[in-house]
Amino acid sequence: MSRPSTLFDKVWDRHVVAAETDDTPAVLYVDLHLIHEVTSPQAFAEIESRGLKVRRPDRTFATLDHSTPTLPAGADGERPYDTPASKAQVQTLEANCARHGVSLAGWDSADRGVVHVMGPELGLTQPGMTVVCGDSHTATHGAFGTLAFGIGTSEVGHMLATQCLLQRKAKAMRVTVDGRLQPGVSGKDVALAIIARLGFGGGTGFVIEYAGEAIRSLDMEGRMTVCNMSIEAGARAGMIAPDATTVAWLQGRKHVPQGEAFGRAAADWLTLKSDADAVFDAEVRIDGSAIKPMATWGTTPDAGSPIGEVVPVPHDASGEKALAYMGFTAGEATTAYPVDVVFIGSCTNGRLPDLRAAAEVLRGRKVKPGVRVLVVPGSEAVRRDAEAEGLDRVFIDAGAEWRIPGCSMCLAMNGDRVAPGQLAVSTSNRNFEGRQGPGARTILASPATAAATAIMGVLTDPRVFMTEGASLKQASAARETIGAENA
Amino acid sequence: MPEPLKTLTSKAVVLSQSNIDTDQIIPGRFLSTTTREGLGAQAFYDWRYEADGTPKPEAVLNRIDPAEHRILLAGRNFACGSSREHAPWALLDYGFRAVVSTEIADIFTSNALKNGLLPIVVDQATWDDLAAHAEQPITVDLESSTIRRGNAQPVTFEVERFARRCLLHGVDTLGWLQSQLPAIKAFEHRTETV
Repeated sequence: MSRPSTLFDKVWDRHVVAAETDDTPAVLYVDLHLIHEVTSPQAFAEIESRGLKVRRPDRTFATLDHSTPTLPAGADGERPYDTPASKAQVQTLEANCARHGVSLAGWDSADRGVVHVMGPELGLTQPGMTVVCGDSHTATHGAFGTLAFGIGTSEVGHMLATQCLLQRKAKAMRVTVDGRLQPGVSGKDVALAIIARLGFGGGTGFVIEYAGEAIRSLDMEGRMTVCNMSIEAGARAGMIAPDATTVAWLQGRKHVPQGEAFGRAAADWLTLKSDADAVFDAEVRIDGSAIKPMATWGTTPDAGSPIGEVVPVPHDASGEKALAYMGFTAGEATTAYPVDVVFIGSCTNGRLPDLRAAAEVLRGRKVKPGVRVLVVPGSEAVRRDAEAEGLDRVFIDAGAEWRIPGCSMCLAMNGDRVAPGQLAVSTSNRNFEGRQGPGARTILASPATAAATAIMGVLTDPRVFMTEGASLKQASAARETIGAENA
Repeated sequence: MPEPLKTLTSKAVVLSQSNIDTDQIIPGRFLSTTTREGLGAQAFYDWRYEADGTPKPEAVLNRIDPAEHRILLAGRNFACGSSREHAPWALLDYGFRAVVSTEIADIFTSNALKNGLLPIVVDQATWDDLAAHAEQPITVDLESSTIRRGNAQPVTFEVERFARRCLLHGVDTLGWLQSQLPAIKAFEHRTETV
């Protein structure tokens, strides 16, 4: 009888080309390499300087997302790039992919999307795989029971040249979220609650497996949101064991096996779970039934709390600096500050259920005058599906901007940015100083919270706009009036 | 391939803030580049420059001579966040060869080592001692994996052994990985032909 093993062990073991020794890391085989325009040009240059070709173009897929404008091309066909450098970066990836025979979901592709939205959507991401990308939010794909992590550009070069990486095995942590989530609590709230508990560096050196009833109850998009933010606790990867929800979500997608082969693949996928007696290097338990809609108040993703709670007193100079930057006061809630910008999108929350949750709150209501609301679907497929359901009309009628897919205001490198000093409520993943533009102040929250905030003009618990929030009905009634007044 | 690094003696710059993320080290708007050169000018840009590009005179990184300060002493959880390798490129181009903290993010550690920027994790007491005497030369010796202030007792630190060998002897990591291609092909043959 072999030693009990974790989900992480099982996926790792399937990919070891050469085992690690004291002197050398493991040579780890990687099934899927996703690339984009920002972290790949120097890697292509490196392998070309050595006279090498991309070794497995069939396991390499590219998209355009970070530098791309989210406004459509003008009448002259020119795309409104922020800078000539952004355009050159996109053209460099187009040329590199053409030269090396790598599939690119480019401007003319119906598949194009933010890399971590696109991969799963096309069925490129499958349980049991190893997946890497030059992007720290690659952990997203772990929602499917893959081992997925972000790499730097040198390693992108290693991947292009060999399809392998040199890796020391990380430690294993299990985060179990028990209990039933309350109505109005989303995957994003679960993620922010987990990060608040672990701390910003609490997952450094670990791969996290998320388990428990609350995690199982999430749809695949909610699970992707949780895994996506693993890096915000310092963990390179987050994983969730595949189950019937996973299999049903993947069936019929473009790159998954079809017909009988799908049944065989699914049977294998369902074996990928931690053994009952598997031992983890660290275990954390969280009561999922106690999680409320969350928002951050500081400049690190772990500096979050339930909406309406007061900001804690900082315990060091870095905490004081964060509060000074945000313009918040310890001992006060952050629900009184006027919000200038609301961003709904990103690899964290740019999927169809995210847009539905936001649209449900905004339907028939108006954005508070003076608040700029940007809704950016995570992929062309999300955009098509959302438009087929009329979500674009809901957003536009409410007073929001409906854009074309891209990373957009999450990292503000395409020109979509929050102005200096402005306060943004964002469904993205990082509230770092200046992340959304120099001097921009960011509150991280769920799509429903972002939508409720757009209506109210201040950070708002979305349950006041939800029929399930019975105990909050009274507040809701008061706020309906305000929402209508905006009209 | 990075320049080999065996020993380094230099003064240090202290940035004591914890959780200095890679967006601080190099903001996202400077990532629209297709080369790895010249990013030192944008290192810690928003800490060093006003919105109109005027240097902030109070910013420590504008006041020191980078050539005399090759070591960065940074607060806990340094270089967290984005996986951008532009962060070590920018720090190296500014002039740093080593970063000392009580905790350094995983992806940055991997990226830094591949570029010849040495990430050194020490305990809090050692960090406090180094920071309190930052104007004294600090000596890093990779062969013995030790760091010491002036003539004080050396403190050992951990470096992943393969990366250490690559740095000490100028081993080409990608070249080494390519030497594994027969095993990689055998793995593919075993797993891809069912």
